[in-house]
Amino acid sequence: MTDVHGAASSARSEILSRIRSITGSGPQAESPREAWQAIPRLYRQHGTLDSAQCIELLEDRLRDYGARVHHAGPSEIPRTIAMILAEREKQRILLSPAVSASWLPDGFPFVADAALSYQALDACDGVLTGCTVAIATTGTLVLCHGAGVDAEHDQGRRALTLIPDYHLCIVARSAVVQTVPEAMHLLEPYSGQPITFISGPSATADIEMTRIQGVHGPRILDVVIAE
Amino acid sequence: MAPVTEHAAQDFPTAALPLLHNAQLRSNVRHATDVIQGKRFRVVHEMPDWQLLRDAGQRIRQHALEYLDGYLEQFEHHCIAAGGHVHWARDAAEANRIVLQLARNETGRVIKIKSMTTEEIGLNRALEAAGMQPIETDLAELIVQLGHDKPSHIVVPALHKNRHEIRELFARTMNLPELGDRPEDLTEAARVYLRQQFLTTPIAVSGANFLIAETGGVCIVESEGNGRMCLTLPQKLITIAGIDKILPRFRDLEVFLQLLPRSATGERMNPYNSLWTGVRPGDGPQEFHVVLLDNRRTEVLRDPESRETLHCIRCGACQNACPVYRQTGGHAYNSVYAGPIGAILSPQLALMKSSQSLPYASSLCGACYEVCPVKINIPEILIHLRGRVVEGQPKLIRALHPEAVAMRAMQWIFLSQTRLKLAQWLGRIAQRPFIRRSGWIEKLPGILGGWTRTRDLRPLPEQSFRAWFQKHNPSSAEAPHD
Repeated sequence: MTDVHGAASSARSEILSRIRSITGSGPQAESPREAWQAIPRLYRQHGTLDSAQCIELLEDRLRDYGARVHHAGPSEIPRTIAMILAEREKQRILLSPAVSASWLPDGFPFVADAALSYQALDACDGVLTGCTVAIATTGTLVLCHGAGVDAEHDQGRRALTLIPDYHLCIVARSAVVQTVPEAMHLLEPYSGQPITFISGPSATADIEMTRIQGVHGPRILDVVIAE
Repeated sequence: MAPVTEHAAQDFPTAALPLLHNAQLRSNVRHATDVIQGKRFRVVHEMPDWQLLRDAGQRIRQHALEYLDGYLEQFEHHCIAAGGHVHWARDAAEANRIVLQLARNETGRVIKIKSMTTEEIGLNRALEAAGMQPIETDLAELIVQLGHDKPSHIVVPALHKNRHEIRELFARTMNLPELGDRPEDLTEAARVYLRQQFLTTPIAVSGANFLIAETGGVCIVESEGNGRMCLTLPQKLITIAGIDKILPRFRDLEVFLQLLPRSATGERMNPYNSLWTGVRPGDGPQEFHVVLLDNRRTEVLRDPESRETLHCIRCGACQNACPVYRQTGGHAYNSVYAGPIGAILSPQLALMKSSQSLPYASSLCGACYEVCPVKINIPEILIHLRGRVVEGQPKLIRALHPEAVAMRAMQWIFLSQTRLKLAQWLGRIAQRPFIRRSGWIEKLPGILGGWTRTRDLRPLPEQSFRAWFQKHNPSSAEAPHD
């Protein structure tokens, strides 16, 4: 590796000095910070819908991606989860750390992730997670991974929602925003952590532009909106 | 796949000709671009603030390039602080050397996420030459790789192949004689074929959609989940990114995560976006490398007239909108980047030494500019680059070029009304034998034939507007000029 590192340092200084010889001659009166802040952002920063309309929009978008959407009041979550899992014929379900014990119905062999191997994850029927932020306009569920800020929003390591073929996501009503900028604002505290944006089950349109659901990620996505 | 650094084998008109006679290819390309354009149109028009997002996108990219050196250093600093390694590569060869040293492993295999940048540097060829096997995991890239083919579109690289062609390819290469030809069957075959590779290959190579200076983070936007597999499961991840991929801050994603999916695939959001920073104990690869690639991007930066080429976020919208691309598909461009963006990017990355016919592969209709999410004025850059192509020619050839001679003659004629009148009179007589019954001139003789080879021409009218005007306004004096 020595020659790589020797060349690397000179490549670095050469590329940076090439850039400086060009941009250094331009008008750089402002600091980068001031210049960045001066960029006009006249696009929508906030939504205009009320909470009920937001939920309705989210639901519409999720259905458009082929996800199934359910609703549950605070006391109905375990019952709803049990019903969905029974209908899908799923048993061994992985849990992300953010999943509250109070959500879980009896009678299912839920599996906590204790550094399981990929093969062990592959052997599970699915995964149950919460959702850090949901974006109504785009039908997006955002998952933050790792307990960087608060364990309540730790959706576990990324492989959990990737290897199993089924994903059941519980979205708290309070986590739903209308627009992408609102979501990015809420995600700012997690900016250094791994983050996954999920918009429907995995899909491809590579063959004759026909949308096929389910390629490598979970092929089925169910969502419960918790009131 | 020839990297753009090499001299292009054929110029655009030569390469396009056989493709124009391939009816199957043209119908595949037409179908794919029609579908994406239709979807894009629908989801763009439901955004009341689309033009404002484009404005912001343009300004952020412009700003990032103005302060590029500082942002690259900032990215490097934060990436290293989070446990990543950062390498710098001046050109394709240097980038390939770095990746080769990092990618060696006992399986001899590397899994790859679709990446235009690795196409640009010819990484797969370099890996194969070193005895390693790169495995493309994006469905379309897999189709291209198994067929020893070339990508023809930035976002859907196999759009030139239809289901029957793909079925034949998979049945042969995956040894599945019973395989059906529904897209579902073909997708399932790819899922099964790749699953084992994901679980057992220790090293992955990716490109990047965005690098975030503020956090040292990387963002990858994808659909199938093959990207997530590659950047989550292996022990080591190597990301190759052009230095132009930088965004100043995390918040800037709020603009690009709206612009990119709607422009690229016509979706409100693509199925998966992944963001990560360095390494995380217990989650994902425990060794992470970023290779920052120049490969003449600094040369593009140097020309203020065409610098905004580097604003490109590789959405492919300009390809779908381009009437030339829609006729020929991507292969006619003979370069990694096809379509309008390829016509401006490829010649610049090749220091105007090859791909010289590409700035002419456009009718300058402006459709590409209209759909570009970061408002790159592609037609203006095309004209600027045509100028640079001409400037690059020896002076004598330039002066004696028939087009230059014709333009000088036109200038001389247009400068005097008498000469213009005389020329029009001569033209009306000279054109007579060539006017067909249809009223069009379809073929001109000699050197002028170049113009009518690909288009018909309206003859000069019997009466000029000036003559008509004088006849109807006898009081008006001669036009003030002359």
